[in-house]
Amino acid sequence: MTTYPLRDTSTMLRRNLKQELRDKVAIGAIIGIPVLFLLLFVYVFGGALKGSVRLAGTPVYVDFVLPGLIIMTAAAGLIGISTQTSVDMTAGIIDRFRTMAIFRPAILIARVVASAAQTLAAMVVVFGIAFAIGFRSHAGLTQWLAAAGLLAIITVALAWLGLAFGLAAKTVGSASNGPFPLILLPLVGSGIVPTSTMPAGLRYFAQYQPFSPVINTLRGLLLGAPIGWNWLIALAWCAGLGLLGLAWSISVFNRRDRKRGVPGPGFPGAPTQ
Amino acid sequence: MDAAIEVSGLRKSFGDHLVLGGIDLSVPEGSVFALLGPNGAGKTTLVRILATLSAADAGEARVAGRDVVREPMAVRSVIGVTGQFSATDIYLSAEENLLLMADLWHLTKQQGRQRSAELLKLFDLADTGRKPVFTFSGGMQRRLDLAMTLIGSPRVIFLDEPTTGLDPRGRRLMWELIRGLVRDQAVTIFLTTQYLDEADQLAGLVAVLDGGQLVAQGTPAELKRRIPGGHALLTFTSAAALDRAAAQFGDQASRNETDLTLQVPADDSGRSVRDVLSRIDTDSVAHVTLHTPDLDDVFLALTGQAGKDQ
Repeated sequence: MTTYPLRDTSTMLRRNLKQELRDKVAIGAIIGIPVLFLLLFVYVFGGALKGSVRLAGTPVYVDFVLPGLIIMTAAAGLIGISTQTSVDMTAGIIDRFRTMAIFRPAILIARVVASAAQTLAAMVVVFGIAFAIGFRSHAGLTQWLAAAGLLAIITVALAWLGLAFGLAAKTVGSASNGPFPLILLPLVGSGIVPTSTMPAGLRYFAQYQPFSPVINTLRGLLLGAPIGWNWLIALAWCAGLGLLGLAWSISVFNRRDRKRGVPGPGFPGAPTQ
Repeated sequence: MDAAIEVSGLRKSFGDHLVLGGIDLSVPEGSVFALLGPNGAGKTTLVRILATLSAADAGEARVAGRDVVREPMAVRSVIGVTGQFSATDIYLSAEENLLLMADLWHLTKQQGRQRSAELLKLFDLADTGRKPVFTFSGGMQRRLDLAMTLIGSPRVIFLDEPTTGLDPRGRRLMWELIRGLVRDQAVTIFLTTQYLDEADQLAGLVAVLDGGQLVAQGTPAELKRRIPGGHALLTFTSAAALDRAAAQFGDQASRNETDLTLQVPADDSGRSVRDVLSRIDTDSVAHVTLHTPDLDDVFLALTGQAGKDQ
């Protein structure tokens, strides 16, 4: 059997990109949620919060808060891919692909690449809005490239995790609501205020949860501040989460008899009772 | 003639629920095979195993001579599957869905465009233009689904309840297409259905699946012959005429005083009808209805029995 890995992957990629461009609601959510939080924190809470942030050495609040909201965009992208994947699964088109003589990993790889492209584009928009409302960076070209690399890595890692959520979810609703708390995770970390202002137990969680070292690294790169070992911890978390998502996705995808929660329209192959 | 689909001893359970309890069947190349069964009989499970989507617990299945477990890619390269629910991309137009399938079948650009144009026309979808599938009616989505299955010219086609949810016109169109495929391209069709007239119309071979077993297999005519119950229903103009006729048939006939009807054993041959009519005063008969056993009778007789065990 001849297989066509590149051709099948590019076919799938074109399909997924078209789908993403036409799903205006998803685009609105992935860009809208972080922008909403950006405006909320800068204009509503910013005045009250900038004192504590100034202590951490950042005089302009939008400069402090933007990295957390860029990472929130990555989390919103995770929800996007989870939902899109679940729609495909429940509509039966993934099963159709599985009955065809194609390079099967293309189904997963193209979904991750398309979702990462969408999320990274959304980040560019969020950056643009931040610049428009007064964000200024002290980063040179090297720091910008490093920041872009870091964002690409966390976006792809979270996309694999989101893919696994979407493949495993029994309904579209659980695929989009299940990972929703991840959107708020940057808030319970170093995203909005310095973790040093938090009570002991919470501070411990906020410092060590996966998004915090990524946010600290990004903030350091953008503001020209020291980042210490945060970059290494950040990369380790991304690798760990990405590999977990990859392994989980493959395992769910290869499970040949998927148990469905709700037999009924949209669920071909539900074990019928 | 070679068998396009061969199944032996196929078993499948979900947990402790037995879905397929040892299935044997063989479908000759270029024929239509209809699998009948009530909801939940395991029809979809069998299709999923043959389409390489699900693995059996035991037994063997070959499609176009290839084992579904050992050579799934070879099987996939010759099959097309249309499931119970439309597997289309709702954000794409009808044409984009077809071109997507053409690309995945590795047709050339030109072949893809040509096949897609043919199928859009054949399935009455040519005027949908760039409209995305989510604006389509249910019937249009089913037609597109089947067109997507056909674009790569598969040799063996699985249709899981292809006409469920279609209006009578859509159903006739689907039947015409299926007949055309078998006639013109000698493809093999494995069809599941709950509609017995559909099996009767299309299939050369019919099997009835119930309680995890094939409770009957054969041509529609063979299955019908297994069921007694052919009769003529005579409606009389008066109670007196009914009485006189009933006396002629004795115990063989059953009468209904309110409807003025008499039911007597008969088949649909001219001779049988003449025999019945020759015994009575035909002027007193308002009308005659003949009933020959259809697959509905077969289905009810066979699955009703198995239903008692559950």
